[in-house]
Amino acid sequence: MPSLVGSHTRRQQMQPTQNNQHPSRRHRWHLAEALPWVIAVGAYFVFPDYLAFGTQILITIIFAISLDLILGYAGIVTLGHAAYFGTGAYAAGMLSAHLGWNEPISGLVLAGTAAAVMGWISGLVLLRYRGLALIMLTLATAILLYELANTFEDITGGFDGLLGIHISPLLGKFDNDLWGHNYYWYTLTVLVIVFLAARRVVFSPFGRSLIGIRDNVQRMHAIGTPVYRRLVTIYTISAGLAGIAGGLFAQSNAFVTLDVLGFARSGTILVILILGGTGRLYGAFVGAVVYMVVEDELTKLSPEFWEFGVGLVLVLVVLFARRGLLGFITDMNELMHKARS
Amino acid sequence: MKFRTYGYAGALLALSSLPAETLAATVRVGVVLTYTGGAAQLGQQIDRGMNLYIKQHGSELGEHNIELIKRDSKRPGGDIAKTAVQELITRDQVDLLTGFVFSPNAMASAPLVTRGQVPMVIMNAGTAWIPSLSPYIVRVSFTMWQFGHPMGGYAYDSLDCKSAASGYTDYPPGKDSVAAFKHGFERAGGELVDSIPMGSPREVPDFTPFFQRVKDAKPDCFYVFVPGGNHSTAVVKTFADLGMKQAGIRLIGPGDITQDTKLQSMGEDAVGLVTMHHYSADYETPENKAFVQAWKAEYGADTTPDFMGVAGWDGMAAIFHVIRSQNGKIDADGAIQALRGWKFNSPRGPILIDPDTRDIVQDVHIHKVVKSGDRLAIQVVGTIPQVKDPCKALSLGKCAN
Repeated sequence: MPSLVGSHTRRQQMQPTQNNQHPSRRHRWHLAEALPWVIAVGAYFVFPDYLAFGTQILITIIFAISLDLILGYAGIVTLGHAAYFGTGAYAAGMLSAHLGWNEPISGLVLAGTAAAVMGWISGLVLLRYRGLALIMLTLATAILLYELANTFEDITGGFDGLLGIHISPLLGKFDNDLWGHNYYWYTLTVLVIVFLAARRVVFSPFGRSLIGIRDNVQRMHAIGTPVYRRLVTIYTISAGLAGIAGGLFAQSNAFVTLDVLGFARSGTILVILILGGTGRLYGAFVGAVVYMVVEDELTKLSPEFWEFGVGLVLVLVVLFARRGLLGFITDMNELMHKARS
Repeated sequence: MKFRTYGYAGALLALSSLPAETLAATVRVGVVLTYTGGAAQLGQQIDRGMNLYIKQHGSELGEHNIELIKRDSKRPGGDIAKTAVQELITRDQVDLLTGFVFSPNAMASAPLVTRGQVPMVIMNAGTAWIPSLSPYIVRVSFTMWQFGHPMGGYAYDSLDCKSAASGYTDYPPGKDSVAAFKHGFERAGGELVDSIPMGSPREVPDFTPFFQRVKDAKPDCFYVFVPGGNHSTAVVKTFADLGMKQAGIRLIGPGDITQDTKLQSMGEDAVGLVTMHHYSADYETPENKAFVQAWKAEYGADTTPDFMGVAGWDGMAAIFHVIRSQNGKIDADGAIQALRGWKFNSPRGPILIDPDTRDIVQDVHIHKVVKSGDRLAIQVVGTIPQVKDPCKALSLGKCAN
């Protein structure tokens, strides 16, 4: 099968450099991996006035990591990931608004569970398809959920939003204060847990098999991998993490509208992840921080014309850093090494 | 680097002639509006109304200055507006907040203004119960109930509609408007025979099947709520194409469907349309003539203010009133106290902030679309004076608490 082999070698050239390392060392921690956490903790002290915004960035990072698991590692392209973010947000919101379940941590676990169940059910159908059909169906799933929430506005609050969310203080002590101090730590803690889980998944044999599916699905079929089951599993995990991001979003804002299920959210998170770099987990960090900070600063600079600036940045990245900002950095590194040797 | 939009410091001129007895204060006002996206036009109207007021009346602040810190609330999702409001309160330490086009954005921000104790002057956001969400909210715009509800009574009493059908774009303003009409119409004694949701605000649907259904039901009146612009043009056109006027059905609605900025594009078929609203640029009062003239001089002869522009103007007048009455040092409770019962001669007519609900009380006018020369114009054929929000006045649904 010459064509198959050909496509395989071509794909291999596109791999991130981490594959150049010896397989037994890949999962080990590098010193550089401490950097995002040092920055996150440092940001708390350096920018004490920006913590509510910082919390939103951390939530976006969690959401982007969840997308990276399916897009970057399993090669599932989706335009409807907001479906699971929204499910988590509505689960956390409605638990409080309707059932009086105001304890945040258990609420967050339930939000993640609800989204994972939604991901599992929809994944069973969606993942029978690939390519364009899959993209269209993920889009359709999100639109269906959006209209469902719109129709049952007595329960969801619809376009105007779900009022009456009263989240209890964390551990009975730490309230969501006006400056966002406590929720910054809360979200950062959740991000650490989510990241460790995602990292564990990615470097496990299961995670390696996902990369195999992404790069050469025929070969994985040929060696007897249960491709469909693997995809449904990672899709469920990813949906659960997206639901946790949504749950945090609902808790920190104490407000949920139809917007959490909107297409704009699915699209933006895709842009953020591609901006940072897919299939490398840290792309989520870089993409979310760069996109949101650039957008925020440009909005302040010019409330009317900021979109032009954001568009320009994206065009430049697409032109000169096709594998995202992190991909750009590794490519540059490689060039330097080649030039030296 | 931080860039900010500074308001006009008209006070500088006055400063030279006044003895500096009180310290000059700079009052910081956070403005949260939709400056981009589909609703950018709405944000622009309010922004222009606001700036026009500052330009014309800046000197009335005496030695005080006003500084506007503008933020884009982008989508109607609540979260972006809430983050903006949080930063405006904690970092920029604004004395007042204003703007708010979409209701969810105002609702999401309500707990923050309560906790941060910052007065909030709402310039659009028309969901009825918003001022009940925080003691620091004052609204100068309108509620959907202020038009739909009196229209129900007016249609029965004066337009001879004993039966009616309603059609609406399926989102909160539409549902609110139709619920208000139904309540007002049935209370007057009329019978609502049908109520049809007609698609989302995003795209203009083919109205023919909905309208045919109404035509077959043969009501006396057909009450329609759609967003101004392409939607209302299509409504008027479909109504004419199906010959519903000849079939004895009268098309009525709230003034949103004959918004000033969109009126000219509606075409001949709009003539005879009866709507109910609190503002049109065609009002003949001296206040409004001066306002429209100043607007056209500032922004171009082919522009026109609509009810959003007026809300920006009136909202800024309310903020000026607060600054003057508190002599530049804004205290939240004092500011709200100053605005309770505040009266103002707006281009739309006399307005009042209800001391109990902190919501707007205003005249509501019956508009008729007429042909004047080669343009369409609004003729006022009747006025219902000083309408309070009927939803809160009657304690209906979510307005009950």
